[in-house]
Amino acid sequence: MSYSDYEVVIGLEVHSELKTKSKIYCSCSTEFGGEPNTHCCPICTGMPGTLPVLNEKVAEYAIRAGLATQCKINKFSKQDRKNYFYPDLPKAYQVSQYDLPLCYEGEIEIKVKDEVKKIGITRIHIEEDAGKLIHESGEGSLVDYNRCGIPLIEIVSEPDLRSSEEVRAYMEKLRTILLYTDVSDCKMNEGSLRCDINLSVRKKGATELGTRTEMKNMNSFNFAVKAVEYEARRQIRVLESGGTVVQETRRWDEAKGITVSMRSKEEAHDYRYFPEPDLMPIVTPEEKIEAIRKTLPELPDSRINRYVGEYGLKEKDAELIAASRSMADYFQAAAHKTKNIKGAANWIITEVFYRLNEDEKEQASIPFQPEFLAEMVNLIEDGTISNRMAKQVFEKMWSTGQTPSTIVEESGMKQISDDDELSKLAVEVIQKNPKAVQDYLSGKQAAIQALMGQMMKITKGKANPKKVIDLLKDQLAKLN
Amino acid sequence: MNIQGGIGVKITKEQVEYVAHLARLNLDEEEKMSLTKDMEAIITFANQLNTLDIESVSPTAHVIPIQNVFRKDDVKPSMDRDELLQNAPSEVNGCFSVPRIVN
Repeated sequence: MSYSDYEVVIGLEVHSELKTKSKIYCSCSTEFGGEPNTHCCPICTGMPGTLPVLNEKVAEYAIRAGLATQCKINKFSKQDRKNYFYPDLPKAYQVSQYDLPLCYEGEIEIKVKDEVKKIGITRIHIEEDAGKLIHESGEGSLVDYNRCGIPLIEIVSEPDLRSSEEVRAYMEKLRTILLYTDVSDCKMNEGSLRCDINLSVRKKGATELGTRTEMKNMNSFNFAVKAVEYEARRQIRVLESGGTVVQETRRWDEAKGITVSMRSKEEAHDYRYFPEPDLMPIVTPEEKIEAIRKTLPELPDSRINRYVGEYGLKEKDAELIAASRSMADYFQAAAHKTKNIKGAANWIITEVFYRLNEDEKEQASIPFQPEFLAEMVNLIEDGTISNRMAKQVFEKMWSTGQTPSTIVEESGMKQISDDDELSKLAVEVIQKNPKAVQDYLSGKQAAIQALMGQMMKITKGKANPKKVIDLLKDQLAKLN
Repeated sequence: MNIQGGIGVKITKEQVEYVAHLARLNLDEEEKMSLTKDMEAIITFANQLNTLDIESVSPTAHVIPIQNVFRKDDVKPSMDRDELLQNAPSEVNGCFSVPRIVN
């Protein structure tokens, strides 16, 4: 059999926790962790007779995410009850959206192996998260409802993804967009971004979709990629051996590196959705949508194009910088203050990334203002400091947060660029090194490096190397 | 569950069992029999709506003309846990304790 005879068809349902301070239908805190059941009230624990009221930020954030993914916005949207029994859901229904989600028919662009591909977004709807079940050794299961009622958006993609690489690219892109639009902090280890994977395989060229399986609650990009690779192969093996794929939910077992069936009789998916009578429709007029659109920041794709087109950065470099909004904002602030924008970009990609990585810090925690970076680049540009000195200046900026000019001043690091001073030194060096001079004059261009080295030695590395070369050449020309 | 159009409907025992399962109801044979009749009567009654011309009526999810009821995103103190857990059927370590879900 050959795996390459098959095409893998994947759609993702990504759940992202919204960055609100309070829960979706009550005023309890959304803060992660906390002692069990301390962020709870009668509403989020589903006590009879309570009335939910929608957090206005939830609708706004969902629309913002929708606009950032080219979605249309339903001007009339409603919430529905999705009914099922499970103890992490105290009301025995989850408030979600069924036929009139806030956002629909969007798309995002992903890039895999330099090829750009559009992935359709079917819909984005709001819903409430469920509680957490703790299975301890005792007889019962314990439930902590702190997470219950945390607002989520579910972003449903079209079955447009064809490989694990595309799945990774899509999730990374989505994460970047959610971070840029500031609607979620996307902390995967806290479950604020997780996805369900729907996957089927079919013979290449086939038009009908194969039977799909679903893998739920993947909270790591790496796990998702591995699960996709395993599950695609498993389904192909089943088909090749004459079997049929069973529509079911499977669980990724990271320790074993396989997916496992979770099939049970309980799994009849009949959620009997009906309109949530306690929550009124969400009506969003055009003006409101436009007002929200105005709050959107410039998104990564547009920034990358601009950095390449306007600033002349290499696409790879532009992508590295635009991968996080805080870094892109930092870069742009620095770019405003220097003519050598590429220089500033290079310092970010090399030294800044290196140091952040070294210190295991978040991108937002660069210890000095972007203006300082620009100033340092300008000092190199006008010849005040050499590139080598700049590295020391950078180190000092990182550890002290001082301005580059202060550092240069205080450490006496200033490069010697004064023509008269350097000319005098050049004459001196030429007189003291007749051999090198002779070599140079007889055509060995490289011999000038020896003279250059002497200049640097005398000035303790502070001479402006470009000027030194020019002056040496001038003086040597006079001897000829 | 698919229930065909038309006013009069025939409900099977399997359909009753299916709905009972979704609602986690345990029914004995006698109850299933009587509920089959009840469901038939209820759905037949509701099916009268199918005879109406609703071409010009927009779908109604809510009967009260109120929309956009929001609250501000402000955090208020949660309920005292001991008080909250008084409504729990059983409580262990500050958690609601329920019959075991997984083995």
